Amino acid sequence: MSDDHVYLSLAEAGPGPDGEARWAYGTGFADPLLGVDAAPPVGIDPADLAAYCLMLGDDALVLSQRLIQWITRAPELEEEVALANLGLDLLGQARRLLTRAGQLDGSGRGEDELAYWREESAYRNVRLVELENGDFAQCVVRLLLFATAREELYRRLVGHADPVLSAVAALGVKELAYHREYAAAWTVRLGDGTEESHRRMRAALDALWPWLEELFTPHEVELRLGVDPSPLRAPVLAALEGVLAEATLPVPEVVGRAYVNGRGGRHGVHTEAMGPLLAELQVVARAHPGATW
Amino acid sequence: MSTVLERAREVAAAVPDPELPMLTLADLGVLADVEETDGRVTAWLTPTYSGCPAVAEMAADVARRLRAAGFAEVEVRLRIDPPWSSDRISAEGRRKLAEAGIAPPAPGGAPGGLLRLGPTRRAVACPQCGSEDTEELSRFGSTACKSLWRCRSCREPFDRIKEI
Repeated sequence: MSDDHVYLSLAEAGPGPDGEARWAYGTGFADPLLGVDAAPPVGIDPADLAAYCLMLGDDALVLSQRLIQWITRAPELEEEVALANLGLDLLGQARRLLTRAGQLDGSGRGEDELAYWREESAYRNVRLVELENGDFAQCVVRLLLFATAREELYRRLVGHADPVLSAVAALGVKELAYHREYAAAWTVRLGDGTEESHRRMRAALDALWPWLEELFTPHEVELRLGVDPSPLRAPVLAALEGVLAEATLPVPEVVGRAYVNGRGGRHGVHTEAMGPLLAELQVVARAHPGATW
Repeated sequence: MSTVLERAREVAAAVPDPELPMLTLADLGVLADVEETDGRVTAWLTPTYSGCPAVAEMAADVARRLRAAGFAEVEVRLRIDPPWSSDRISAEGRRKLAEAGIAPPAPGGAPGGLLRLGPTRRAVACPQCGSEDTEELSRFGSTACKSLWRCRSCREPFDRIKEI
């Protein structure tokens, strides 16, 4: 079998309209839900379910993009590899969730169209994940906040009536546990480290803690679907306080960031960090619409 | 029992994993099932991690080898529920991993519990020299499913498949 090479298989499986084999953006054959039953679950409004998949998918996609920006900039090679792995997990979750959203909303849009061709106001991620990367302490704190909350959410979504959402959660809860442990270990190391690392961790906590509340603030879609995130607040805060105590870091006494006219990331109202992030994410696809290679 | 189905299973089960070529997709537990109706073969795959970048390669490879073995109508589909777990790696797969210098995962899947700080002590034997005097360098390695370790006895670094 030495003459067998997987790219031969790809070439056979993935001819584009021009007959050329492709295996990157625009391949068309790498449907992350290939052959998974696409029927919407009975008794749930598909539009609401699509909107919810978009919220969770956009959280994962945007944080993945922020993590990928650490490549070539991380303090050590091991951390760079770790952050890339975390980003890859989140990107995989995002691909399934965005594909699911496109199946359910009746628009026929695939993951690429949703990721590359929506405007900022159509993105539904919480604002925490879009903020500038800042220093490594901010990277660690954002991961800690997000992973703790998302693991807790996924745990509750396992067994959801939508089989795709349930499956994303069932695998995601195990992946997010690794993310949280990574962030918790660095939180302890930096918080209980040098004077400088402690100072930076406190600054990062003060900067990011106000954005945590949005993860617990229910959107009307979540209330209609029976997935109100507000009960996550108590267990997530308890877990975070445990890590911070171990790290000799005080729980920040800061108020949550308010919505703008009652609207936030879940409504498409983002911070000024979002535009440049999307520009980078979308530039190649938009510069060469429909490009394949 | 259809012998056609048996043959299709045999072909699909022998497809190597693109990133761990010493293992077949069956060893790895990625091949979830093979079905056959009137000569039409459906192979079901369960990818390892959400972001596993090799799914397209696996699906294409399974389809091509089945076609090469004479099955005209072949379909590859993903089964994402129940999710993949390191417990799905077969005994044979674990043996082949160790032979290739990659420490196999401990049975039992992902460790549970909401709050677990610091490195967890697991006795991980070095796949080169067998010593249990080893340490985890990084929980994230060259692929999503591996962590990076080092042996304090023989000083060799090695990969280890993570529990999930």
